Amino acid sequence: MILVWAVVIPLLGGLAAWLSGRLGSAFPRWVSLSALALDLVLLLTLLDGGPAGSRWLAEIRIEWIPVIGAGIHLAADGLSLALALLTAFLGMAAVAASWSGIRERTGFFHLCLMSVIAGVMGAFLSLDLLLFYVFWELMLVPMFFMVAVWGREGRYRAALRFFIFTQAGSLLMLASILGLYFVHGTETGRYSFDYADLLGTPMGLATEFWLMLGFLAAFAVKLPAIPFHTWLPEAHSEAPTGGSVVLAGLLLKTGAYGMIRFLFPLFPDAAATIAPVVHVLAVVGIIYGAVLALGQTDLKRLIAYTSISHMGFVLLGIFAWEGLALNGALVLMVCHGASTGALFIIAGAVEERTHTLDIGRMGGFWSSAPKMGGAALFFALASLGLPGLGNFIGEFLVLLGSFRVNAAAAVFAALGLIASAVYSLWIIQKVFHGPAPPEAGIADIGGREAATLASMAAVLLWLGLFPGPFFERTGIGTAASMPTGSEIEREAVTGVAGRIGREKSGRPPGLARHGAGEGPEEMRGRQQGK
Amino acid sequence: MKEFLWLIPALPLAGSILLAALGRSIPARVSAAIGGGTVGLSALAVLAAGVDFMSAPPPEGFHVQGLWTWVDLGWFRAGAALRLDALSLTMAAVVTFTAFLILVYSAEFMEGDEGYSRFFAYMDLFVAAMLVLVLADDLLFLYLGWEGVGLCSYLLIGFWYREANNGYAARKAFIMTRAGDTAFVIGIILLAASFGTLDITAVMEGAASEWQGGRLAAAAALLVLAGALGKSAQAPLQTWLPDAMAGPTPVSALIHAATMVAAGVYIIARTHVLFALAPWVMDLVAALGAATLLISAFSALVQHDLKRSLAYSTMGQVGFMFLALGVGSWQAAIFHFMTHAFFKALLFLSAGAVIISLGGEHDMRRMGGLRSRLPLAFWTFLAGAASLSALPLVTAGYYSKDLILEGALAGGGTLLWGAGIIGAFVTALYAFRMVFLVFFGEAGADVKRRTGLKAALPLVALSALSLLAGFFGVPSFLEAVLPASQAAPPVGHRWAGILSSLVPLLGAAAACLLYLGKRGIVERLAGSGPGAVLHRFLGSGWGFDWLYERLFVRPYQLAARAGRADIIDAPYAGAVRLAERLNGLLVKTQSGQVRRYAAGMALGALLALGAMVFI
Repeated sequence: MILVWAVVIPLLGGLAAWLSGRLGSAFPRWVSLSALALDLVLLLTLLDGGPAGSRWLAEIRIEWIPVIGAGIHLAADGLSLALALLTAFLGMAAVAASWSGIRERTGFFHLCLMSVIAGVMGAFLSLDLLLFYVFWELMLVPMFFMVAVWGREGRYRAALRFFIFTQAGSLLMLASILGLYFVHGTETGRYSFDYADLLGTPMGLATEFWLMLGFLAAFAVKLPAIPFHTWLPEAHSEAPTGGSVVLAGLLLKTGAYGMIRFLFPLFPDAAATIAPVVHVLAVVGIIYGAVLALGQTDLKRLIAYTSISHMGFVLLGIFAWEGLALNGALVLMVCHGASTGALFIIAGAVEERTHTLDIGRMGGFWSSAPKMGGAALFFALASLGLPGLGNFIGEFLVLLGSFRVNAAAAVFAALGLIASAVYSLWIIQKVFHGPAPPEAGIADIGGREAATLASMAAVLLWLGLFPGPFFERTGIGTAASMPTGSEIEREAVTGVAGRIGREKSGRPPGLARHGAGEGPEEMRGRQQGK
Repeated sequence: MKEFLWLIPALPLAGSILLAALGRSIPARVSAAIGGGTVGLSALAVLAAGVDFMSAPPPEGFHVQGLWTWVDLGWFRAGAALRLDALSLTMAAVVTFTAFLILVYSAEFMEGDEGYSRFFAYMDLFVAAMLVLVLADDLLFLYLGWEGVGLCSYLLIGFWYREANNGYAARKAFIMTRAGDTAFVIGIILLAASFGTLDITAVMEGAASEWQGGRLAAAAALLVLAGALGKSAQAPLQTWLPDAMAGPTPVSALIHAATMVAAGVYIIARTHVLFALAPWVMDLVAALGAATLLISAFSALVQHDLKRSLAYSTMGQVGFMFLALGVGSWQAAIFHFMTHAFFKALLFLSAGAVIISLGGEHDMRRMGGLRSRLPLAFWTFLAGAASLSALPLVTAGYYSKDLILEGALAGGGTLLWGAGIIGAFVTALYAFRMVFLVFFGEAGADVKRRTGLKAALPLVALSALSLLAGFFGVPSFLEAVLPASQAAPPVGHRWAGILSSLVPLLGAAAACLLYLGKRGIVERLAGSGPGAVLHRFLGSGWGFDWLYERLFVRPYQLAARAGRADIIDAPYAGAVRLAERLNGLLVKTQSGQVRRYAAGMALGALLALGAMVFI
């Protein structure tokens, strides 16, 4: 039942915030914040572990539309739970970031924000494809309003682009969902939207491939992957700060989640077929995003392009479909949510004080706002992958895992580490270093901002130094083997789960068996041979 | 003491966190006390660990303290663990003691700076990261320290952040070393993917047993070398170091002379098993070291900026260490690291004393005649310069450099040895050029401030170390970790030894001739046409910056600027325009003229009929 509440609480909270908006603008903020805090606490109880023998930490099925085989099927494993926790956490950060920036129609703003969060939460938890699609769409419309109503000058265009891009992807996914539904129905005689039923649906490779493409379209737009990313810089930079946090921190992650949860398990062979192409797109995205970030003059746009670069790592990690790389991608998702979210909050704070986002008109803010400068430095360092902060663990595991699958892709992706240093330090130089501004400077961060940023920094430090508990409780390995006949998937998922706790000798099992002189080349051959 | 190994890096880290938390709220004296005190305590902890280690040496030659499991996932495991052996003990001792002396000096040097507390916070963080680097027992943990020192280097080069140039120098340093670090990370990944662990002992054993003569060993060694080249400012990744002198002088002394730039030497010594498996990579190490030595020595000779001259000198001395590593004289390399840490820190600190007493003057052309007015700076600088030149018998630098040249002749051949000899000659030449330009000749700028006690004590202590540290038995102490050079000395090595002892004296004598008194020859040389071109070429560090600017920086910036509008967006924007055009066309059909509508209807009916009939 916790899972149902996890989705319903943000929705109810949003409605309550909307209604309470008539009493005063402070009410919606507090209502939303407490609803999300309650949600977070509820989800934390799931960390204790699920029922023995089940791969799910929690699962619930409620009848919905039995005629067509659609049900309300919610479940959480380590992957879902990590992202659900991130959703509640970043939701709170987004509320805090909108505290002083949103002054008009605060009630309606919080309704939109909370609906997006409910949609994201639902998408992370649903195991029924029709339900997943409903939540997927639920994210979209309120997000559109958030950008279009409370955004900056170019908000209409940005909101429209965001809507058209994501909607085009979603419709293709809907077509694929229906296609899969009918293929499964005609093959087995049982029509169902349920994930557990649809796994391992027998179909020809061509069918599988086309159905997979529909899902890939939706997820690649959301992630975003090159060349479907062009909605992102605009949407991020035009959205209000809270909206940017939710967009970068959460919405992008739904694309990655969809790939891990649905795309690979439902279409394992087709995904493996297209994987080399996606590796290239991922690597190009890493470099392309990082280079373009340096060319931007708008602070939020700059940060938006860094997201494209980071999501390239996530994409590479997923399509390597290897235990370490997958867990690395998950860590990176969480840490990117915290670090980029924090950078957007700082950008928003600067904008509130200076009324501009043009980095050409900034500089020297360190002397008047050393705390803000220190915070920006911290998150910029996280973003460039400094060891000790969580992003490094994510990137390292992605590179390490994908190195065994596609060494060339991993090596080229590593070049992103240099490029990320270039843009991260550029942000610090342009905004906080340099000659002091002729005016009095800007006010340093206050208590609310400091608390928000400190909690995000704590997450990064924790995941950077002590990621052990994260992998134990929420890693993809704890999901145990997924109920599917796919070999490639079993290798990846049980690869982690099975070996955790057993192989402490520190050697890859393959090497111990296969004697001397064996490098990754040979290992790669074996892995593909399966 | 074995159980308290973690205190060694933890103490400076605690100091750094404390200073960051307290910020500007505490008086300067307290900041300095916290900053220096924690590092002093850490030095004492190293001392205790060393006494413990030497009185009861562990049977296998090293002692490991596991801290926590960092990553343990699937087939990969990396732990945070510290390792104490002869090598890490030597490194840690040099780092903590030098750092302590430099911090004491800084307490006076940084007086009155608005970032006083921030300075000590960064310096302490640096010391902690450096200690993690040298004590780590796991390559991933080592990499944490490795990037940590790089970060602190960035922060401290750009310490005076209001100057845009300082920020540029800081970013240049970070990004260039990051290029090397990225190769290093790929090397770490290669090792991890092959052995499933990054525990140094396990990785080296695995490599030794499974990679005999293999291409993978060479690949891994090359990647580690690339990381070392960046960090240690060796060709072709050397150009960031001279610019790094934008930082405060104690920073240059600690990070860019004594400790961090030697990290590359340390990592190669630490993974020497890997390099021994790939002989041609070893040759490359030696060749790059020798090349850097020559490139930098000639550049140091023509610098006007005192600190830049010292920076080129540092590159050259680290080049000596690389030369030693490349010919298999591992012990000599670490020995030279130690003596270099002392004399180069000393040179920077006394240069700092000169600079601060002249009110921030760096240009040697505006100095001169300071011998009598700044006697302490003069005598200490002289001690450092003598040790840098390796004047025989009385200086520490002599013993370590002599060992390197001996190894180069035995293990590397005449060519490398010759490069070393030329390097040693030019080193002595530019070392005494600095002495003569700064302290002799006509009086330059006025002395505004005298050196105080806090700055004087470290200078004296480092002078003593620069002259006497050669008597420490470092090479034999390191035998447990680093194998002794195997190569037999060739015939005639005695004569070669005598020559290499005399070369520094020749260099110093030449400097007397050229730079003491009237500098007619030098000025005529630099004034002639080709001489001026050569002077500019050498002064700019052999044009590397010019080349890299065109090869990397500008194309990257161009790509970033050209891509500002995002080319990939063009098709989408095109689609939008197309839709708008079509819309425009179709709008025209709504003309409001009944005739047109009727004609359209008739045409449509005709087409529909035709379709029904013919299809």
